[in-house]
Amino acid sequence: MLEINVKKRLRDFDLGVKLDVARGKTLMLVGDNGCGKTTLLNLVAGLDNPDEGRIALDGRALYDSESKTNVPPEARGIGYVFQSYALFPHMSVYDNVAFGLRTRRMAAGEIKILVKDRLEAAGLWEIRKAKAADISGGQKQRVALARALIIEPRLLLLDEPLSALDVRKQAAMRDELMETIHACAVPCIIVTHDLRDVACMGDQACLLERGKLALQGGAEEVLRWGSGMNAK
Amino acid sequence: MASNQADVSRFDERSLVELVNHEHETIGKAICIPSRTREVALKAGLALLLTLAMTFIALPVVALFLKSPLDTIVRSLHDPMVMDALRLSLTTSTLTTLIVVLMGTPVAYVSARFHYFGKELADSLIDLPVIMPPAVAGIALLVAFGRMGIVGHYLNAFGISIAFTTLAVIIAQVFVSSPFYIRQARTSFEDVDLAFENAARTLGASRVYTFFHVILPIAMNGLISGAIMAFARSLGEFGATIMFAGNFQGRTQTMPLAIYTAMQGDLDVSLCLAIILVAISFVVIVLVKTLTRRVYKKC
Repeated sequence: MLEINVKKRLRDFDLGVKLDVARGKTLMLVGDNGCGKTTLLNLVAGLDNPDEGRIALDGRALYDSESKTNVPPEARGIGYVFQSYALFPHMSVYDNVAFGLRTRRMAAGEIKILVKDRLEAAGLWEIRKAKAADISGGQKQRVALARALIIEPRLLLLDEPLSALDVRKQAAMRDELMETIHACAVPCIIVTHDLRDVACMGDQACLLERGKLALQGGAEEVLRWGSGMNAK
Repeated sequence: MASNQADVSRFDERSLVELVNHEHETIGKAICIPSRTREVALKAGLALLLTLAMTFIALPVVALFLKSPLDTIVRSLHDPMVMDALRLSLTTSTLTTLIVVLMGTPVAYVSARFHYFGKELADSLIDLPVIMPPAVAGIALLVAFGRMGIVGHYLNAFGISIAFTTLAVIIAQVFVSSPFYIRQARTSFEDVDLAFENAARTLGASRVYTFFHVILPIAMNGLISGAIMAFARSLGEFGATIMFAGNFQGRTQTMPLAIYTAMQGDLDVSLCLAIILVAISFVVIVLVKTLTRRVYKKC
């Protein structure tokens, strides 16, 4: 279970969010550009610090302003897929996926087996030697997801994982992504602009407006928000 | 009668249309010809300016080669003054580049990634030696590290003398060439997307591991081209070296100083050294251009 209760002063408004995500559930975070969605993911990942509050995963505090706990990002065990995918351009597909295991000083033989399994499952084994900069958008998305999942994260954060793909690929990747996330059985937060993503992939959804949770509910309710938002 | 009138009016209409067309053509030509002439004149002017600029830069270099027959250069290469200067210049410039890279890389990274109190001042100080006249840099180093200098005074008490030694050559070169590396390295680090660093951290990499395995390799081409620029600048250093280190053959007389000294006696030696420096400059330009072209695509 992921528990978030944080406050942070941003340039134009105050971010104040309180929400929980249960194990194996996917929370879809929607909202306009600049409403604080990515900032919230960064706070959870430890890439940015809240001004006050608490973030806990499975009962263990990752950040707690009262007890002055702040676990560094490398020790949080969180799988984060960035909007730009952030694949290391000087490394091959194989090295990108193996990166998280090498930082854990795992034995080379073990790394080889795990990376091979992961790349084969994602259909990326054939392009394992290609430089990350030279592969297609869909392949980059798969590599980024494989890289985040191979470390067996306790929490998954995905920042607009489908936005860099064209519409046709989005539909195919949406199903693939949903299957992979459900197989992990960890709490997951996905930031998106697309209400179809929310309806297809989410268990619960939140609408963030200027740093505050404006609406919260089941994913099936989102299409009603959409019509409400359009009416506004 | 009516048909006659119709013919006349049709004739008038036709002639009017022809007249208008004719006038349009005439006006069109009147507008077209000067604009085309202006365009040609502009292009010719630009071509002339470009040719003049290229000639101005190329002429002295070409003259250097024309005035130095190959056999004279080869003979001058055996001159002890040339060999000493070449050896000293290459040794000191290599050591300078190593020092600049080791000291400048962390400075450039901190400057590119972090905001701290006095950052503006620190950045201006780093850039200062670029605009400071080399002779001023030489005097400044002398009053800092010379025998009576504010630091040299204390060093002298321990029997350490820096001024007019090979170490002084290296210090002068580090002083004038470090901004060339740090500025380039800072830009290269700034160009590395913060998302790469963040991705590495979430995958379990410490700050140090991230720096050596992600940031440094991505910024590497820029760092190498900065190091080459610093090497070239230290190789050509004259003013600060002669003021702070003096002009002693084999000890502090680098190639530019040797060119200056030989000018007063044997011009062939001077030309030989000059040609070696020009050749190195060419290699430096080619290397920097090749490396700066190879930039990683964003992922």
